[in-house]
Amino acid sequence: MADSFRERLDSLPAPARRLLLPGVVILFGLLYPTLLPYLDDIPLIGTLLPAVGTVVIMIVFTMMAVGLNVVVGYAGLLDLGYVAFYAAGAYTAAWLASQQFEQVTFHLGSVGINPELPGIHLSMWLVLIIAGCFTGLVGIAIGLPTLRLRGDYLAIVTLGFGEIIPQFVRNADSIKGFDLTHGAFGISPIDSPGFGEALNDSVGLPVNYQQSTSRAELYFYTAIVLLLFTVFVSVRLRDSRLGRAWIAIREDETAAAAMGVPLMRTKTWAYAIGAVFGGIAGAYYAAFKSGAFPSDFYFNLSIFILCMVILGGMGSVWGAIVGGLLLSYLDQEGLAKIGTEVGIEDVPKYNFGIYGLIIVLVMLFRPTGLIPERRHKRELEEGVRDTPFYDVQHEGSDTDRDARND
Amino acid sequence: MADEARRDRDSPLAGLGKFVPRSVVGWLGLGFIAVIVFWLGANLVNDPGEFLNVGFIGLTNGAVYALVALGYTLVYGILQLINFAHGDVFALGGLVASSVLVGWLGLSNTSSTGAIIVGIALALLISVVFASTLNVGIELAAYRRLRNAPRLAPLITAVGISFILQDVGLIQWGVEFQTVEKLIPNSVAFSVGSVIFQWDKLGVLLLTVPVLIALTWLVRSTKQGKAMRATSQDMDAAAMMGINVNRTISFTFALAGGLAGAGGLLYFLHFTSMRYDTGFQLGLIAFTAAVLGGIGNLAGAVLGAICIGLIEQFNEGLELYSPGSDWTRSIVFGILIAILVFRPEGLLGERTPEGG
Repeated sequence: MADSFRERLDSLPAPARRLLLPGVVILFGLLYPTLLPYLDDIPLIGTLLPAVGTVVIMIVFTMMAVGLNVVVGYAGLLDLGYVAFYAAGAYTAAWLASQQFEQVTFHLGSVGINPELPGIHLSMWLVLIIAGCFTGLVGIAIGLPTLRLRGDYLAIVTLGFGEIIPQFVRNADSIKGFDLTHGAFGISPIDSPGFGEALNDSVGLPVNYQQSTSRAELYFYTAIVLLLFTVFVSVRLRDSRLGRAWIAIREDETAAAAMGVPLMRTKTWAYAIGAVFGGIAGAYYAAFKSGAFPSDFYFNLSIFILCMVILGGMGSVWGAIVGGLLLSYLDQEGLAKIGTEVGIEDVPKYNFGIYGLIIVLVMLFRPTGLIPERRHKRELEEGVRDTPFYDVQHEGSDTDRDARND
Repeated sequence: MADEARRDRDSPLAGLGKFVPRSVVGWLGLGFIAVIVFWLGANLVNDPGEFLNVGFIGLTNGAVYALVALGYTLVYGILQLINFAHGDVFALGGLVASSVLVGWLGLSNTSSTGAIIVGIALALLISVVFASTLNVGIELAAYRRLRNAPRLAPLITAVGISFILQDVGLIQWGVEFQTVEKLIPNSVAFSVGSVIFQWDKLGVLLLTVPVLIALTWLVRSTKQGKAMRATSQDMDAAAMMGINVNRTISFTFALAGGLAGAGGLLYFLHFTSMRYDTGFQLGLIAFTAAVLGGIGNLAGAVLGAICIGLIEQFNEGLELYSPGSDWTRSIVFGILIAILVFRPEGLLGERTPEGG
């Protein structure tokens, strides 16, 4: 049986074989809400499975992990302030689809609310696109002055932005009397995504997610679509001219520049695209939670998402997905549930330490991550001593530059 | 950039030319400095006494930051590693000191002067030994194995260790702030004009200044210090000259940890409260200070820390045009970004390739 399956698998044409595993995973993902009631009956595993609402959050975080993977994994730019883009996206959604700006009343495709309601109310689909564009611009704005720095200096600058933006959000409730972000209270409620009455009548699409009886499922399917879009863009970009330029920069910035890769433009693109994904994820999460709150944008979140990318394997899209789903599951439900199963109370107390331990152990024993990217794996295993993030040697003796001279 | 640097060195007016910006970015940086100078000047004219009082508090805070900033700079100087976990070593040092002072010895502001002095000395000893052992242990367990890995690897590991240490602090001491009464009274020691010098702040300076002098002596004039400098310049050449590189690095981590432990105790005495995440926050500030002064440069770290302390206090204490305490951290990180963008080598440091 196993043999014939193997044979049949091998006889498939190459593209079909390559797409088989992702296809099965995607199919399982799409069917998850339907399967969940049956899976719940399985002993042990059933109790550990996350609820559909939790999976939405997991997918949002995974989107961010895939986005950060473009910056850190492909281009090798360590970004410790990714949460800034997440915040920018969430607040774009909050500004464009809530009552925050009561001074104006503007409706465009808003669903399920009174058209007389003050504030800007755009359709959530439009908001997602605008949030992506706006956050991309923020990424470029942050990137332009800072991307000429290398390695850990860049990490520190991004960390600075990651600290400033949440504080700005917290404090910007009266800029010369103008309430931009509603301070520590955050902006809530945010309008719900949906397709409105007309499309409901003709095609049967849901009017409004938030008021629907199958709220979690609707958010779930939309999140899956967004994640697939993110993964698609990310994979296609990796295999494009731009993607090769990113990897060249990651491997050796000086050599890449010598080969004619425009450093600034290529790096800024990586930053902008990572930011776009962070922004869309942030906007969607804000719509799901129906609010944007400054307490969501703490520094540790940047590290948390970085941790997903590292655990999965830097540069590997599938790695980022696995890392993202796994860690956000542990964060949302997993640790608490496992703790109850094992009989340890107060597990959230150990969260931090567990993530820290994961980072350290992965770095020490499996620096390529769970699903290593091919090139990265070779680099780490065959021991490149010329460190790719630095072009002047301070450590190590036989750099490959020296070796070449020998 | 390299061309400009060379032009700087060759030109007879090299010293002067350094201060004339050549690009829009440079002029922006200069404008930024002009705004700060104007702000400080306006406040100095407005109320000189208040300005100096606030400045003195800033100096004291800066001295505490300096102890932590030195740890960053020492480690960076030798391994080119931003030791993210350093702030948490500092916090654990302070929390251990809090347990000794409050939990074990039960000191309060009614205790006798002798008891307080002995208690503080004991706490200082314990927290210094604890923190330096911890720091050496971290280096042995984690960073040593990654010495030849890509540079990102130890940095990320340091972030992970920082998380672990924070969690240790959280589990051991809980989420509540550990507090202590003012053990060094804030009575007036002396005053010059309207500027008041209080015992508690003087105490901090009295503890910090000798430490800094001893450190300078150690690095400049002892054999161990020479080994440290040699290792930081070129690890392989140092090894060939018979320097035990591993031991030198361990020693550096012990030194940095000891400073962090002392800093933790002083922070606890001075600000009277801390908890598991204090170190992370303060670590970022101290790191900013180290970068501001020029990372890898000991005098720079102290200068940077004092600058940060002053800026913080001026921002919170001055009346005219001050954004206020809500924005303190934004300003500190804004400075960090501005320094890295405009002058990555810091105030006293040398240009590095990372500066682009």
